Amino acid sequence: MNGVKVTVKYFGAVAETVGKSGEEITMNETKKLSLLQKNLEKQYPDLEAATYRLSVNKKLIEDCELADGDEVALLPPFAGG
Amino acid sequence: MLNEEEISRYKRHLALDQVGEDGQQKLKSAKVLIVGVGGLGCPVAQYLAATGVGSLTLIDPDLVDESNLHRQILFGSADVGQPKVEVARRKLNELNAFVKINIHQALFSLENAQELVSQIDVVVDGTDNFQSKYLINDACVIENKPFVSASIFKFEGQLSAFNYQNGPTYRCAFPKESSGLDNCEEVGVLGVLPGVLGTMQAAEVLKIILGIGNVLSGKLKLINTLFASEQTIEFERDESAVADIKKRGLRTIENQCELDHDAFYLDVRNLSELPVLNASNMLHIPLRELESRFKEIPKNREVKVVCQSGIRSKQAIEVLENKFGFDNLTNLEGGILSLEI
Repeated sequence: MNGVKVTVKYFGAVAETVGKSGEEITMNETKKLSLLQKNLEKQYPDLEAATYRLSVNKKLIEDCELADGDEVALLPPFAGG
Repeated sequence: MLNEEEISRYKRHLALDQVGEDGQQKLKSAKVLIVGVGGLGCPVAQYLAATGVGSLTLIDPDLVDESNLHRQILFGSADVGQPKVEVARRKLNELNAFVKINIHQALFSLENAQELVSQIDVVVDGTDNFQSKYLINDACVIENKPFVSASIFKFEGQLSAFNYQNGPTYRCAFPKESSGLDNCEEVGVLGVLPGVLGTMQAAEVLKIILGIGNVLSGKLKLINTLFASEQTIEFERDESAVADIKKRGLRTIENQCELDHDAFYLDVRNLSELPVLNASNMLHIPLRELESRFKEIPKNREVKVVCQSGIRSKQAIEVLENKFGFDNLTNLEGGILSLEI
């Protein structure tokens, strides 16, 4: 019962790679952002080749412990003009 | 000093406490560089010219293409085939003759970046590729200038003011240089999207010049026109990344692609598209100029036709075979995107 539930949002080409704009994910083991990222890249293999930054609660961040209700976003840079 | 005509033209600006005659004078004295006169650059240039920014410098190598017209509203049907910067200067002069328009029909490159940036107060990034964005960033860091950047993808846009008063830079938000190959002229885009983002860029430029309000520094605004949603992501300056740029100076990121030096290539992309292709035998004719320049293409040897993703090169081959009797053309399937660089 120690799992944390986070909302994950996808933007731009990452949303297309994943096939959705967001989802809720429950993490039961480690609550690290880097583990969530690893799991997502396992679930969506094309993500590995994508360039994107991660944010937690609307701040760009490298890694952190996630807490219940956190909002994670995968943000690719756009190139179009 | 503003003359009578200017006072009457800018009346509704002068009526704002935050602008007034002092502010309007600041706008008149300001110099802005707009890199890329496309979907973003057009509305930025139009609004900055209309509001009386004294000097605008525009740089873009491309000609107006018919497929630009659904979103690049500075251009009309009669302008197709003309250099974008020349049409833009004419239209902007018509809009406001008090504004001085300098133009460069060229790619923003290692050779001209620093000099162009050094002469102005604020840079606007209206480019459509990562190479240019990193180059603008680095030139602005070295010359200590703010730049307002926007980028678009289908229905979504990103916007931020980078390097503003020693604030975070583009490399602080996106340190990992993307391959730069995921932009293609063939990707769809909602016509109004660059108008929304470009207008917001112009607003940031005005605030920077006027010194009013809060500038979008250290914040990346994300706008989704399909779902009418937006949010703002915060990020911090990475001092070591900034120090690196200052230490090493400007450099190109991978924007060259070596091709087979025995084959003959026909590149049908626009002149501004990256990577630049290096091959011994190479002809560069943008798709829209093909019918007027087909005689330059050899018929006596195999010609490999290339573009970013293989779609335009396929169209080029159809035109050349059906209208001009070529039978020596092969398509690079998947385009330059499919090549290992």
